[in-house]
Amino acid sequence: MTRHRGAVFAAGLAFTALVAAFLVIPVILSVLAGITANYQRGIIASGVTLLWVERVLQLYAHTIGLSLGIALAALLCTLVLGVPVAYALARHSGRLARLAEEALVMPVAIPGIATGLALILAWGAVGEFRTHWSFILVGHVLFTLPFMVRSTLAVMLAVNLPTLEEAARSLGAGFFARFRTVVLPNAAPGILAGSLMVVTLSLGEFNMTLLLHTPFTMTLPVGLADSYASMRLEIGSAYTLIFLILLVPLLVALQWASDRAFGLEVRR
Amino acid sequence: MSVAVELRACAFTHADGTRALLPTDLAIRPGETLAVLGPSGCGKTTLLRLIAGLAFPDPPGRVLFESRDVTSLPIERRNVGMVFQSYALFPNLDVAGNVGYGLRLRNVPKAERDARVARWLAMMRIPELAHRRVDQLSGGQRQRVALARALAVEPAVLLLDEPLTALDAKLREELRVELAGLLRDLGITSVFVTHDQAEAMALGDRVAVMRAGKVEQLGAPEDIYRRPATRFVAEFVGVLNVLAGEVRDGTLHLPGGSLPANGLAPGPALAGARPEQLRFDPEGTLTGRVRAAFFLGDRVRVVIEGAAANPITVETTGAAPRPGEVVRLSAAPPAPWPLPDA
Repeated sequence: MTRHRGAVFAAGLAFTALVAAFLVIPVILSVLAGITANYQRGIIASGVTLLWVERVLQLYAHTIGLSLGIALAALLCTLVLGVPVAYALARHSGRLARLAEEALVMPVAIPGIATGLALILAWGAVGEFRTHWSFILVGHVLFTLPFMVRSTLAVMLAVNLPTLEEAARSLGAGFFARFRTVVLPNAAPGILAGSLMVVTLSLGEFNMTLLLHTPFTMTLPVGLADSYASMRLEIGSAYTLIFLILLVPLLVALQWASDRAFGLEVRR
Repeated sequence: MSVAVELRACAFTHADGTRALLPTDLAIRPGETLAVLGPSGCGKTTLLRLIAGLAFPDPPGRVLFESRDVTSLPIERRNVGMVFQSYALFPNLDVAGNVGYGLRLRNVPKAERDARVARWLAMMRIPELAHRRVDQLSGGQRQRVALARALAVEPAVLLLDEPLTALDAKLREELRVELAGLLRDLGITSVFVTHDQAEAMALGDRVAVMRAGKVEQLGAPEDIYRRPATRFVAEFVGVLNVLAGEVRDGTLHLPGGSLPANGLAPGPALAGARPEQLRFDPEGTLTGRVRAAFFLGDRVRVVIEGAAANPITVETTGAAPRPGEVVRLSAAPPAPWPLPDA
């Protein structure tokens, strides 16, 4: 019995390891290529170097800065827009509210390219806007807002926010007092998970941004595609390395925050 | 200082046009505990929310606290304490934080706040829980915290929405006794809503029985039980035996014999009797056959067929007859009493 279970466990472990390897090995190869002096000759023969990383930073530093800037701006916008929207949806349970919730998910369901095209059709002729980085920001906000709303709304509904607010009101709390002392603290895990999601998605968004960007407003993923297309392989790979260094801590934090918001903490 | 609460012609219509409460007048005496009893959807929670200020009556309804018109004040400015069915404790605060929440909003200095929180926790016999997170509390503990939180702000009126429903039977019984004592000691005007008639009887100084948006009867528990004003009240509160027969020569004639008419008017008659108002009596003039007997611990509930048009229920603390036995019954005054038609 025990032996049988041991065998099942070993098989499961082996399978998991295989899948993990399947997912991770290409990334590792790419990262290794980014620190290999000459990929044609191999890492062992040609040695390890940070030259390519340095080169990427010289050529594409602005894309990294822009991506971080847009991600933070998108975060700010989705916080300012998304938290009140989630709050309104949590308080109203009518058909209109559910319809609004569905409408919010549209930009996620539609291919990014299509959304990008739609944005260009709507705003393309409006003065400098087309060439300004805020044009990309609009796209990113459209794309990431549903994630902020959904994640915040889920937590608000899980703690039964409307009743908590009634309790706060019965104790004398006006709107601002209870928003500060009851709504925000209890929605915080959802807002945090949503925030990390927004930053992660914005940093990695490629489909829509490819269409929206101009040579002066190139984000990190678009720059990555550009480098793969026009430079030697090692540079593109080093670029991937930098991208991962930015993204992996965010992903870990996201996992932690989601567990906190939706999983590990047992709620009534 | 207890506060009188008065509702004048308070009705409530939902946004979709459904009427949750018909125009209702209700005067709650200072320091009184009023139990609002009724089936779900009868408007009892709406009534509570109107008093609380979570809902507002249709014009021209008015809500008065001690003859002060509070109709237009929202709940945050009415100074009411409210205990919710789900308790609605703030998960982001510990027990002391929950109990002290209202005091913090009132800018009570920290030292005094702590002292008052400690006093309430001691009164609820949960001083050791002060720094516990609310999700680590049992149902009974949550109930006490919710009560302490509502009372800590020294409200004019205490409102309780099905306060014991979420608890298991044994704990409910225990807390019912405790809550009754507490409300009496504090002398605070309180209104609580329940669908459990035993709870309403045990806790309420008076009971308002509601049905379909209307108060059917308002009175002391004993009045409600012994002198129900409507057929609905008679059936909703306790177990009712319906005795349909004819009164002739001072006697109520029933399918299985007769009972003294006890002042019932001659002619076709509809009378009621509670299970404990009927007893097994070898000299009895009403006969029936035992259908079933249920042992309830302190008494036995016996269902009898053939005595009246419908089966009747008799409760006895003595030796109970067995199913199939033929028994004789007599009635203890005031039974049989006239049963309202509607």
